[in-house]
Parts: sequence; C-alpha cells; structure tokens
Amino acid sequence: MNYDRLINPTLMELKPSGIRKFFDIAAEMDEVISLSVGEPDFSTPWHIRQEGIHTLEKGRTWYSPNAGLLALREAIAGYVQRHNGVSYDPKTEVLVTVGGSEAIDLCFRALLSPGDEVLIPDPCFVCYEPLTRLAGGVPVSITTRVEDAFRLTAEALKAAITPRTKLLVLPFPNNPTGAIMPREELEAIAEVLRGTDIMVLSDEIYAELTYGRTHVSITSLPGMSERTILVSGFSKAFAMTGWRLGYACGPAPVMKMLTKLHQYAIMCAPTTAQYAAIEAMNNGEEDVRTMREEYDMRRRFIVDGLNRLGLTCFEPEGAFYVFPSIQKTGMSSEDFCRCLLEEKHVAVVPGTAFGDSGEGFVRISYCYSLSHITEALNRIEAFLKERGTL
Amino acid sequence: MDKLLQVLDTNARLSAEQIAVMLGVSTAEVEARLEALEKAGVVRGYKALIDWDKTDREYVTAYIDLQIAPSKDRGFDGVAEAIMAFDEVESVTLMSGGYDLSVKITGRSFKDVAMFVAKRLSPLDGVLSTATHFVLKTYKERGVLFDSEEKDERGLI
Repeated sequence: MNYDRLINPTLMELKPSGIRKFFDIAAEMDEVISLSVGEPDFSTPWHIRQEGIHTLEKGRTWYSPNAGLLALREAIAGYVQRHNGVSYDPKTEVLVTVGGSEAIDLCFRALLSPGDEVLIPDPCFVCYEPLTRLAGGVPVSITTRVEDAFRLTAEALKAAITPRTKLLVLPFPNNPTGAIMPREELEAIAEVLRGTDIMVLSDEIYAELTYGRTHVSITSLPGMSERTILVSGFSKAFAMTGWRLGYACGPAPVMKMLTKLHQYAIMCAPTTAQYAAIEAMNNGEEDVRTMREEYDMRRRFIVDGLNRLGLTCFEPEGAFYVFPSIQKTGMSSEDFCRCLLEEKHVAVVPGTAFGDSGEGFVRISYCYSLSHITEALNRIEAFLKERGTL
Repeated sequence: MDKLLQVLDTNARLSAEQIAVMLGVSTAEVEARLEALEKAGVVRGYKALIDWDKTDREYVTAYIDLQIAPSKDRGFDGVAEAIMAFDEVESVTLMSGGYDLSVKITGRSFKDVAMFVAKRLSPLDGVLSTATHFVLKTYKERGVLFDSEEKDERGLI
C-alpha cells in the first residue's frame, strides 16, 4: 500500500504543531524544568469532581441529547448572561462540545466553502490555520505587534478584508501573548464588521483569566451577537482540561448547522463531564476567583523576573502566559529554546510555533508553583550569563 | 482576607521584595505593613512546617480532651493558663461541644504522654476528666498534604 497517496494531501502537507517540537528531546532528559504547559496546575475543584463521581455511581452513563444536557445548556446560558449580559436560548443557541477545540473545528466546517478567507491574528494558538485549510478555507494572517500590546487593530483588520472574507477569528485573551482586547479597541473592530457579512469566531476560552480589568466579549457590543459565534469551555478557568468540555453560543440558524455536524461526528459530549460542568457553572465561580488570584501573583512574579533578566515582556493582561522578547540574545526563537533546553534543561515554547510574527519571542506558561518558577528563572539567568547577554 | 497574610500563610519565606512584586505594591509598603502586623500581634511568628515522620525523631503526639469546671471569676482561663505553661504542650484551645479544652502535646513515648496527663493535667484544680487520643498518622496539616507526593503528571510540553 502506498499510504502517502492514500492520505488527504491537504492533511499531509500540514506541519505538526510547533508547540511539541522539542517534546522528544525533553522527554529523554532528567530534571527538566518545564514552563511549557498550557493547562492549569490545579486539579479540578473537588466539588466538581465529586459531582462527576456521583453521577457515575448513579449509573448515569447514557448518551445525552446531541446538543448536550438541557440543564447544562441552561446553566451555560445563565453563566453567559451573568458575565456578558447577552441572552442565548438554551434550546436553539447553545451547543455543548468536546472542548472548545471541537467548537472551533465545527465553525470552520459549517461556514467555509472552498476559497473562503479566514482572518487569523498572528501570533495565536496553533489550531486555527490547519483547521481552516482542512475545511477548504484560506487562512489569512493579520500580524499583531508588541507595540500595540499584541491587540488586533481596526486598521490591520480593514487592510486584510477582501470580498472573499468569511470569518474573523478573535482569540482574546490570547494564547500565546497574554494580550486582551479592551472595550475601545473591540468597539473599533466591531465598527469595521457591522454592515458586512463577515462572521466572528470569538474564542474566549481564557475569558475568566484576566488581571486588572474584566474581559469584554465582542458579543456584548451592539449588533455583534448576531454575527458572532462565541466559543468557550471549562478547561482553563475551571481547571477541567482532561474532561474535554466546551461550548458554542450563536445565532440559531448557524447553531443548527453546527449541531448537525456535531451530531454526525461526535453524537454528544461525554455525559459525566457534562454533569460535572453543571456544578462548575452553578457553584464554581469562587474557585475561579481563587485560582485567578493565584495566577495573578505568579504573573507579576514572572514578568518582574524576566524583565530583570532583560527578557522584556509587555504586560500580559490575560490567560496564563507571558511572551518575552529574546531579541537581545541575537538568537532565533527556535535556537533559544533548543539551547536553553539542551544546556539548562528548561523547556519553553518558541514564539514561531504560533506564527511567523512570534519570531524573537518565546511563550512561557506560569501554570506552575512559585518555587518551580523561581528555579526556572535561576536557570535562565545562568544561561544568559554564560552567553554574555546578562 | 488580607492578601499579604494570605501569601504569608502559604509561604513565609518569600522576601518583602518578592511579595511586593506579587501583590503589585512597593517593597516599602510590604515592610511597613508586616511590621505593623507583627507589632499588633497578628503575625505571631514564622515557623517551618516539618513532617517529623520523615526524620529519625522518636516522638508521639496526642490530643487530650479535658472537661473543666469553670471558676466563677476567670471561667476557663485559669486552667488554660496553668496548662499552657508546660513546655510539652503545643497548643491549647477552648472548644464548643462535649468537652472544654483541647490540648495537643508531644512527648518521646506513649508512656511519657500518658504519665504527663496523669501527673500534670489530671490533678489540676478544675479538671474534671481527660480523654487522650494518640495521633497515628498525619495526612494533611495547615493545608499541606503530608502523606502523598504531589507529582506533576502533566506532560513536559
């Protein structure tokens, strides 16, 4: 069999995720200090886990409705209403998915026809571009710059729009940069989009994790909920990555199509996770607050530490990543990460894993204890000293 | 809750400078606030949390429930003060419920502790009864798990 000829050529040509580029090297090493992981170090709060256990004990192990348990969809609608002030009908406008990732994939597959263009800020999380290609779309990068605090500007958006533009991906708070979109900038983006037929895929998986100011959802701006699919989930805020549960909210005609796709591809999201998620939505906000405060302290700590080492960071206001510049070392992002791993056994992710405009930066996660972060900073300091850049 | 106290409650070894960075305030502010908290007796000390079971120390810890006849003028305070004066006594707390004082003591052996209760605590004026409970194993103390190694099971990348 010639498997190469068997596989879909679009898939064959996709590059593997750059986040995992150094995984094999790191896995072979002893005493690696990693600052690479994109998931909370907290376990899922115990009362949420208990709810999952309880439903297993009760034997509630059936399929749920395709769109998800109605009680969960109602809880999600209530949660979104509380936080964004936008109402969604749980019966027709909310879909429970296998992580935010599935919701993103569904959006592309539901909306894109061959040749449709998808605007994707760069740097950003790794999945949008390949999933766009697989759905037959054409990814169009919009570079965001450190001078703009890695925010998407209305000018850059306007310049990228063509008659083929179908969708704008709005991934804020942003992985990898930690950038957020404050209300004024978001309003400028909304103003460009109003009156067009461009849809927005607003990936707000880190919405609960902003520091200093509250996240603003583009759905809350006038005229925007009708042209936006809100994607979020439980992984980051509620420390539920392994449960694989997310959701999408949007206009009923679009959600109907997403649900149709979901029904054929997935059937329904895991039922145990759905029951646990109801508990998270209804009684988990205190946990989120506690974890956010902890992240915030680590964030200040690591930003200060990196700035002292001359790896200057702009102030990340969301998610749990910092995106320091490594330009003063004169190394490329990949070389920096490879050498740091080989010489000091510290794993961070090259900015280029998140797009070409990530060159000169690395992504550092602060989902780690303070002592772990301190040890990593000490090793980075030694690394820079040995290279004469400190 | 005071953020500074919250931080200290989890890690008292951080420097004022580090705490200042974490809380987004100046080092001088943290130092001043700490001094005020110490002066006011809010922060009573800074001690390491030691799992003695992992050392070769021979010791035994017990919680002793005491029923007390409160005195007319001083209530439970007089007996409590007499008890807390012993060096062997680690903590003395007044409890609600079926007994009055809970006393934690540590000695070298079961016999040590039992003799201490019999010879020192029981004879005290006002002590009506004692019940001694020996600690067999500590699972968690002050929010820290003692028994299990918390391993980071997340992938490296």
